[in-house]
Amino acid sequence: MSETLPILKIGDTLLVALQGDLDDAAVVRIEEQLTQEVARVHAAGVLIDVSGLTVVDSFIARVLARVVAMIRLLGAQTVVVGISPAVAITLVELGVPMGHLDTALNAEQGLALLRRLRAAADHGSDR
Amino acid sequence: MTAGLAHPAVRTVEIATEADLIRVRQALRAASEQAGLGLVDSTKLITAGSELTRNILTYATGGRGTLSVEQVRALGRNGVRGTFTDSGPGIPDVDAALTDGFSTGGSLGLGLPGSRRLVDELTVATSPSGTTVTVVKWGR
Ligand SMILES: Nc1ncnc2c1ncn2[C@@H]1O[C@H](COP(=O)(O)OP(=O)(O)OP(=O)(O)O)[C@@H](O)[C@H]1O
Ligand SMILES: [Mg+2]
Repeated sequence: MSETLPILKIGDTLLVALQGDLDDAAVVRIEEQLTQEVARVHAAGVLIDVSGLTVVDSFIARVLARVVAMIRLLGAQTVVVGISPAVAITLVELGVPMGHLDTALNAEQGLALLRRLRAAADHGSDR
Repeated sequence: MTAGLAHPAVRTVEIATEADLIRVRQALRAASEQAGLGLVDSTKLITAGSELTRNILTYATGGRGTLSVEQVRALGRNGVRGTFTDSGPGIPDVDAALTDGFSTGGSLGLGLPGSRRLVDELTVATSPSGTTVTVVKWGR
């Protein structure tokens, strides 16, 4: 695993792709980097692509949920994209609560969802 | 898939640090491929293995244990068996530990019951001198 996480910035949206078989230290490192980057660039939206992850166990799922909560506290919206059918089935059967995450099939739909979430947030409604 | 190809009978992975989670997943993935498990089944098995490894890291003495992975075959089906062994303090109440939401570690308590849902067979043998959790996933 590379030590630095490539975080792409397009406008006020950050894009990050998680890849490979991540150990816990890597997952926590990514969480910190991403949170810091959101604060540093005042991002309004974050797209996390998990399609490159081979396994999402309860720890990784919990960190994902936690990073989304932290990013929300920083005033930005997060959409998680690319949860594969195998990972989705596994997470549901395992019983990891992920229902509160905003998810989309792929990056394109994820960006569209981000726009809608932000429009809703801008109009002061809390969904 | 070639008939007569030698199977490495048992592969063991020592569990001692979080980095071993990766080795556990790799061993289970390799065995799943060898047994011809589909993507969903192998993902389930690997995820269950990840949870059981975390339990060893958290609850076994010194966070140490061993995984043995082997190919199994019955009624014309191939499968993978993973045996997670530790010499920790054991699980006093297995029925409780297999219930959703039961945790002595202040966690979600879904590792054991969730793993049971993800595999075809899960058995727990435990005593004050250690715990062995055995899981089997069969191909279709
Ligand atoms: N190898 C083990 N040795 C001793 N006790 C164990 C072992 N594995 C599990 N346990 C006990 O069984 C309980 C339930 O385990 P389970 O994995 O379901 O939940 P958890 O580890 O507490 O939480 P989670 O897995 O959701 O993070 C644990 O809290 C612990 O008391
Ligand atoms: Mg557990």
